Amino acid sequence: MGSSSDTIIEIRDLHYSRAHRPIFKGLNVDIRRGEVTAIMGPSGTGKTTLLRLITRQLVPDHGHIYIDGVDISQLDQEELYALRRRFGMLFQNGALLTDISVFENVAFPLREHTNLSNRLIRHVVLTKLHAVGLRGAADMMPQELSGGMARRVALARAMVMDPDILIYDEPFVGLDPISMGVIVRLVRRMNDALGISSILVSHDVQEISTVSDCSYLISDGKVAAKGSPQELSNTTSDLVKQFMYGMADGPVAFHFDAPDYAEQLLGRDTE
Amino acid sequence: MFRDIYYNVVDFVQDFGAFILFSLRLIMYSPKALVKRFGLVAAQVHNAGALSLVIIMVCGFFVGAVLGLQGFSNLQRFNAEDSTGAVAALSLVKELGPVITALLFAGRAGTALASEIGLMKATDQLSAMEMMAVNPIRRVVVPRFLGGVISMPLLAAVFSCVGILGAHIIGVGLLGIDEGSFWQQMQQAVTEKDVEEGIVKSIVFGVAASLLAVWEGYSAIPTAEGVGRATTRTVVLTAITVLIFDFMITATYL
Repeated sequence: MGSSSDTIIEIRDLHYSRAHRPIFKGLNVDIRRGEVTAIMGPSGTGKTTLLRLITRQLVPDHGHIYIDGVDISQLDQEELYALRRRFGMLFQNGALLTDISVFENVAFPLREHTNLSNRLIRHVVLTKLHAVGLRGAADMMPQELSGGMARRVALARAMVMDPDILIYDEPFVGLDPISMGVIVRLVRRMNDALGISSILVSHDVQEISTVSDCSYLISDGKVAAKGSPQELSNTTSDLVKQFMYGMADGPVAFHFDAPDYAEQLLGRDTE
Repeated sequence: MFRDIYYNVVDFVQDFGAFILFSLRLIMYSPKALVKRFGLVAAQVHNAGALSLVIIMVCGFFVGAVLGLQGFSNLQRFNAEDSTGAVAALSLVKELGPVITALLFAGRAGTALASEIGLMKATDQLSAMEMMAVNPIRRVVVPRFLGGVISMPLLAAVFSCVGILGAHIIGVGLLGIDEGSFWQQMQQAVTEKDVEEGIVKSIVFGVAASLLAVWEGYSAIPTAEGVGRATTRTVVLTAITVLIFDFMITATYL
């Protein structure tokens, strides 16, 4: 599989099911180099699962994921770890290591993978913490931080190894407007200043439209729509409109499959 | 019904296979961890060992004191109360020291290990390490396992020593056994083989208790309920395993 040089990640015909329930049914996605790509979709469409498949924390049932033209399912443990060093990932809850300080959390990848002197590590860590506005929190423990602060520390940690690809899993959930604004600007600024490629999973349509170059809307295991924020908001598709404008009625049902409401309330379904 | 039995058997075989693979990886990674991650191992020896010292010493003292009381009152019937020291020391070194220490270790350090690793899994800390290309078994599990393995025999030795001290305080100090015969009978009765049996038991129990604790934490379902269940299973499984191994080792030393 040859890869065009402007595509860093190619996902082809991806199938994945969990507990006999299909999550992806032939998904095709291209992540372009140097851009911010957003993956959107209603809850439960498997957005986080997709990130875990891209980083091979999960293995697809069928289909391929190519990173720089290399099929990641063919990599052994060593090669996989070498690949993961090119990734920075921001987890939904930050996933900071709770037994070490903020400073040590950010220093963690450097201490594990490099032989840098303490002086240099200190310099790099303080620079990254300064970028997220938390240099003053370096000596605090993760449990002393608010949710937004923890996520900013996690962001500093994700970028400390200067990754090629930064992955954000729901970076805007539960943030106050100020932290949200800071994170949105950081995502864009880091992408442009450091020349990295970013993948952003979220359902915050507003924030995504200010930050992303290209968005994929995933529904029912496939790509339902793709395009720039402008293109998506001018769409004629009912599904896209429902999602972009947060409408209750549309192709995506609000109710999970259930027996008839009246029948169930009257207890006839148990007879 | 047969279907259920079939699925249960398959599940059991799968879990057991995963446990064996996990154990082999631990053993494979351990020598390197002792050298490369000595600081982390030392911190875990402090967590599992030093922090368990108070409970081990208090329990050891009272177990020894009870042995002093029971030994004296029972042996007095045969005019053999001078042997109280010997009986207490033999019981402690060969049996009660390793076994009770292992049970206390499971309750104090084992549960801490299992819940800590389980919660790290539930809060994505282990996945985060995987994503940073750091093997969580090497970084998190192996140092905790080694910390337990190193601490357990030392704790068992402390337990036996404090127990003998307890028996001495009760027997000699309170009940008036002659101090000279207390120590002399003990020295005559306890052989090198008895001490060796105690050491072997405490090492085996240390490996079993630490292995079960880290496995239960690592394989826990990453929810509050799953971690709670893993913690309980750690204590129950360790108790059963330790008592079975105790029987087997005792039988081989007869």
